[in-house]
Amino acid sequence: MTADPKKMTCEEFQSQLADLIGTGEDVSQHPHLQTCDTCRALLADLQTIADAAKQLLPIEQPKEDLWDRIELAIKRDEGTVQPD
Amino acid sequence: MVGNAAEAEDLTQEAFLQLHRKIATFRGDSAFSTWLHRLAINVVLMHLRKKGLPLMSLDEAMEPTHDDGPGRSFGAPDLSLSGSIDRLALERAVAELPAGYRLIFVLHDVEGYEHNEIAGMLDCSIGNSKSQLHKARLKLRDALRTTLQKEGQR
Repeated sequence: MTADPKKMTCEEFQSQLADLIGTGEDVSQHPHLQTCDTCRALLADLQTIADAAKQLLPIEQPKEDLWDRIELAIKRDEGTVQPD
Repeated sequence: MVGNAAEAEDLTQEAFLQLHRKIATFRGDSAFSTWLHRLAINVVLMHLRKKGLPLMSLDEAMEPTHDDGPGRSFGAPDLSLSGSIDRLALERAVAELPAGYRLIFVLHDVEGYEHNEIAGMLDCSIGNSKSQLHKARLKLRDALRTTLQKEGQR
C-alpha cells in the first residue's frame, strides 16, 4: 500500500473509504481527492445519497385502532379472548 | 423496511406479541430499548424471509463479506448523481437492496441512529456497521446511476 496519501491509487483510497467516512472527519479534504475527479465524484454521490435518505423518514402515522388490535392479539394469545 | 403501512402495522402487532411472550427472558444484559429493537428487527427479517425476498439473515448481514462488487469506481469519471436524487427513485432502490444492507441503511441514514447504537441493536462491531452501510450506499449508487442511464436513453 502507498504510504503517502497523495500517491494513493483509487483502489487504495476506495478500500479505506468506509473507515474514512466513519471517522466523522471531512473526507473531502483528503489529499487523494485533490487530484482525483473519479473519487471526488464517488464521495459526492455517497454524500448525496446519505442526505437524500433523510427525506425517507416515514411520515405516516399508524391507524388509531392499532393499539386496540395489539391488545386484542395479546389477549387471544393468552387465551382470555376467543379467536373470531 | 417493508415499504407498506399495513404490513408495518401487522409487524408492529407481531413485535408486541413477541414482546409479551418473551419479556420474562429479558435479563437486563443490555438496555431494554436495545433488546426490544433487536426483537422487532428479527420479526421484520422473519417476515421478509417468509415472503421470499432477497435477504441476508441478521448474522449474515453483520459478517464481513467479500462482496466488494458494488460501486468501485476506477478510471475515467462517469455518470454522477449531480447532487440530487428523486425521492421515488431512491425509495425503489432502497426497496431492492438485500434486507441486511437495507436494515443498516434505514437505521443509520434514514432514522439517524449512530454506529455504536446499531452495533448494540444488531450485536455486531462498530466497524462492521460502518462497512455494511458503505456497501449499502455503493449499491444504491449503482442502482440510481442505472436508473439515470435508462432515463437518459429515452
